[in-house]
Amino acid sequence: MASLSRDDVAHVARLARLRLTDEQIDTFTSQLAAILDHAADVEALQLDDVPPTAHPFPLANVLRPDVPRDAGIRDEVLAQAPAAEDGMFRVPPVLGEAP
Amino acid sequence: MTGHPTAVEIAAAVRRGERSARSVVEEHLAAIEAREGEVHAFNLVTAEAALARADEIDAQVAAGQDPGPLAGVPVALKDNLCTRGVPTTCSSRILEGWEPPYDATVVERLTAAGAVSVGKTNLDEFAMGSSTENSAFGPTRNPRDLARVPGGSSGGSAAAVAAGFAPLALGSDTGGSIRQPAAFCGIVGAKPTYGAVSRYGLVAFASSLDQIGPFAATVADAALLLEVISGHDERDSTSLPEPPLALTDRLDQGVEGLRVGVVKELLDAEGMAPDVQARTRAAVAALEAAGAKVDEVSVPAVVYGLSAYYLIAPAEASSNLARYDGVRYGLRVDAPTTGEMMDATRTAGFGAEVKRRIMLGTYALSAGYYDAFYGKAQKVRSLIIRDFAAAYERFDVLLSPTAPSTAFPFGAKADPLSMYLNDVCTIPSNLAGHPAISVPYGAGDDGLPIGVQILAPALGEPTMFQVAAVLEASLAAEGGAS
Repeated sequence: MASLSRDDVAHVARLARLRLTDEQIDTFTSQLAAILDHAADVEALQLDDVPPTAHPFPLANVLRPDVPRDAGIRDEVLAQAPAAEDGMFRVPPVLGEAP
Repeated sequence: MTGHPTAVEIAAAVRRGERSARSVVEEHLAAIEAREGEVHAFNLVTAEAALARADEIDAQVAAGQDPGPLAGVPVALKDNLCTRGVPTTCSSRILEGWEPPYDATVVERLTAAGAVSVGKTNLDEFAMGSSTENSAFGPTRNPRDLARVPGGSSGGSAAAVAAGFAPLALGSDTGGSIRQPAAFCGIVGAKPTYGAVSRYGLVAFASSLDQIGPFAATVADAALLLEVISGHDERDSTSLPEPPLALTDRLDQGVEGLRVGVVKELLDAEGMAPDVQARTRAAVAALEAAGAKVDEVSVPAVVYGLSAYYLIAPAEASSNLARYDGVRYGLRVDAPTTGEMMDATRTAGFGAEVKRRIMLGTYALSAGYYDAFYGKAQKVRSLIIRDFAAAYERFDVLLSPTAPSTAFPFGAKADPLSMYLNDVCTIPSNLAGHPAISVPYGAGDDGLPIGVQILAPALGEPTMFQVAAVLEASLAAEGGAS
């Protein structure tokens, strides 16, 4: 197995939207490498004929009639938001400069 | 046993009008007042709400109504269970101040059964850990020895029961987070069959593994609590279409003729302490003496459980925890753009272990590594299910230690991998979706509690509790070595 590099860790941090200091990248690189080394036992298994399990029981899709239900808690939900306006969540600009 | 009145006794007395719910709650609030400072089981004690709720129950009894099977029984709730209008933090800065707009199904069912919530208990942040040291609000201490961890992630719930703060508590178990702290604190803790208890309102960690379950000082109390919270819920699409579990009528059935298999790979797992092995063998002998047919069994694939779990659970967590982005609830760290705001919020809001698992999961799912890690781990999950199925053709239940050692001192497992190795005996049941229970079975060389784990096939809880009751009785007969 290719060992985990600092660049891998920095790349994964970007994907996960986490900012790491250089020191944190060093620590995580060695810690995650140790965990992945332990997983080498699984990586080494020949399992071509084994089906994967994503869920312990073979439940089929669970459906209900498509009838709108109003939980009546919109205002409570919005009251928990860091910022809300006109019944919507408010966020900083997604593209470009702040107005 | 904690020497405090059990939930069964409290509910019976309150229902008959022999004791007021208020006096019960006052007694437990006094116990909290006396020792919570040193134990730190709770993130929040809801004393006023508990007393008000107790008065409601007393009014019901006075009006000739039955408040239900948990009438007046104080319950502590792990702080990853949603409680309407009551802060639910997951012991994370990222949810600080959030008050859920609804109750978890288990909380609704407790209320309908007459229980009284006394507060929200501490946990490893987002239930990621085996010691409660990963809480953003400081660790919980083991009431049996304050220099030791209570286990985790549901360490606060286990400590609350062990300290007599509440006869019952709820936890969640993704890889052992109920059973291991139960073992460390000398109480009973059970992980039900996946889907037997609704996950609606449980803050998600690894959705295909998470289950809510009971903590109690006695097997009968744990059975009563699990009966109340189990059963189908249409709001959880993974909820099994089953009626509530029937357990309390099975506790006096004994084990005559039951076939019990001792899982060789778990009894001899890497790092298993000799005193834990000795107590497990003592439990085997007790079951044999009670009439069970006991033999050793091999479940070969469980040796890969730990590696598979530490790929699957972080992978699911990395997806589930993507929702904490500063947009809809909890913490927001302001920044000029939404992308920067999300980065800054997640960086400030998550602790080191949560970041580590998000990173591990993101890596295991990333392009080029998916098949080697996540895909392989899912196949191992199939192997474990297959090997358990073979074992259950020969045995009714299986037996193993719950954890490789007694409770360890704070800071003893600072290296993440050594902490993960704690979960070797508990993880296989989560991967298979099967139930398992930890029952106290005496003490180790250091005088601290040891738990023995009984494993059962899907929906095998009635037999599992039947065996647990026999072990509990045999320990009492032995002189309560714990």
